Amino acid sequence: MKTVRIITPTGHLGTTPLEKASFERGCAESPDFIVADSGSADIGPYPLGADRPASDEVWQRHDIEAMLLAARRLRIPLIIGSASDTGTNRGVDQYVRLVREIAAEHRLGPFRLAKIYAEIPVDEVRRRLKDGAVVRGLNGRPDCDPVTLDRTDRIVAVMGTEPIRDVLRAGAAVVIAGRSSDCAIFAAPLLEAGHSLADAFFCGKAMECASFCGEPFMGKETILGRVDGTGVYLTAMHPDQRCTPASVASHAMYERLNPFREYVPGGYLDMSTCSYEQVDGKTTRVTGQTFVPSPTTSIKLEGSGKVAERALFITGIRDPYTIANLDRVIGWAKGKLTERFGPIGGTYNVFYHVYGRNAVMEALEPTPAKAPLEVGIVVEVTCDDAARAETICHIAGKNLFYARLPEVKGTAGTAAIMSDEVLHARPAYEWTLNHVIEVADPRELFRTQLETVGAGDPTARP
Amino acid sequence: MKLVELASTIRSKNAGVDHITFDVICRDRANFERVRDSGVLNRGAVARLFGVEEGRVTDFVVFEPANAIKFTIRRLRPSGSMGESDLFGAQQYAPLFDVEIP
Repeated sequence: MKTVRIITPTGHLGTTPLEKASFERGCAESPDFIVADSGSADIGPYPLGADRPASDEVWQRHDIEAMLLAARRLRIPLIIGSASDTGTNRGVDQYVRLVREIAAEHRLGPFRLAKIYAEIPVDEVRRRLKDGAVVRGLNGRPDCDPVTLDRTDRIVAVMGTEPIRDVLRAGAAVVIAGRSSDCAIFAAPLLEAGHSLADAFFCGKAMECASFCGEPFMGKETILGRVDGTGVYLTAMHPDQRCTPASVASHAMYERLNPFREYVPGGYLDMSTCSYEQVDGKTTRVTGQTFVPSPTTSIKLEGSGKVAERALFITGIRDPYTIANLDRVIGWAKGKLTERFGPIGGTYNVFYHVYGRNAVMEALEPTPAKAPLEVGIVVEVTCDDAARAETICHIAGKNLFYARLPEVKGTAGTAAIMSDEVLHARPAYEWTLNHVIEVADPRELFRTQLETVGAGDPTARP
Repeated sequence: MKLVELASTIRSKNAGVDHITFDVICRDRANFERVRDSGVLNRGAVARLFGVEEGRVTDFVVFEPANAIKFTIRRLRPSGSMGESDLFGAQQYAPLFDVEIP
């Protein structure tokens, strides 16, 4: 079985720039593929719902340029998943544009470029529901119904390995994929080389956040993964970082409900019987993973929809008496809002985020706040109408300045106002879909196009 | 001894859009066995610590290969909904520091 080496320089392409020194070290290890995930649901529902990137194009271009130049120099394929944070069609088209621009600038090519679109029109899901498809809620969510779709502006399907394997087989040198399972973009080339589902998906799971699987903690440093039929070998490329059994195992459980299972279209990776072994100073080998196929194929759907416009106002309080009576102050301010605008939670909502007390943990906070020296309060107001959100937010914030307490000494103002203005925030969106839909073919929700980038004969060199 | 002295990593993070997961990773095997065998950390105890119903603790796992204990709490609203306080769920772990391990 062919040994396959993959390098990945970043766990989320575009957020902050990759580190070039360890990437170059990885390039010197004779890799067969360069792979990077560019997506995340951690950025919240706004980027998907509004179809806007969360990352800055400066860093997206920086990373794509570094990887594309290396891939063309080494004559190896480059695979990028979940283009531009969300993996919508806009993200795929944006990354394809960047690849074309960089190729023209550096006179690269010709090479074959594959784009794989993962966005599904809301009406397409509506049609499938009508035709009897079950769109099953994950992790305790109710199944999707037409009302869920009414609240949804945009949907992406999360691809597995199949569409990526197809384009690799068709000779793609650069793959720009829409929303993809993080581990599938690594597993696809490993499966094409004949490696097991278990090793392929484990390798992907371990590498998807790049240097997060090493120690000490570092971001944006390159990791080398090697699969040769005797296990999955993970090596840190930064001179001061190591992949250890502890670091790899602790990454296996990172940001997941439980550490034993990773679900992908067609089954799940079972990590409960993995063993981890240090094979040299910087490398850990993992064996014992298994893959459990499922009788049917389900594809995950992510959906987001707009809820309201949003406005913010920032104040701080230093007076210990006011801080001690903050609940009364906020209660009074809310009472004034109700008087003027009707009940909170009706046509608008207001949230007082009290930094210094429990803004971070809110109801999960078990420790009563000791009297803080200062508190900062961010007032958040949401409302269908942007102008009304601004009006309500200004009063909701200014009422902290005019708070009425019987013993207050500071009768010139009971709050420090950072700037007497309402800040326009991005609209509030909500994750409406975290569901799976059963499909007959794992490719059926995705659309693939191949094109040639650069001049000359595209069949000359892949 | 307090948990913070026995663990090398105590962290919280989103696990998908509907959950926050907590990882307690011990410095070494001895510390891990001490934490595990004390039985102080269990599904009911973490539910009480964070003031949530036990049903919201969806997973509680002892993960031997990483010398770790992991549990997951279901969010009341998906991450990033209006009024969100911690989009990444990254700052919810601090109350675990002071848990006394005999």
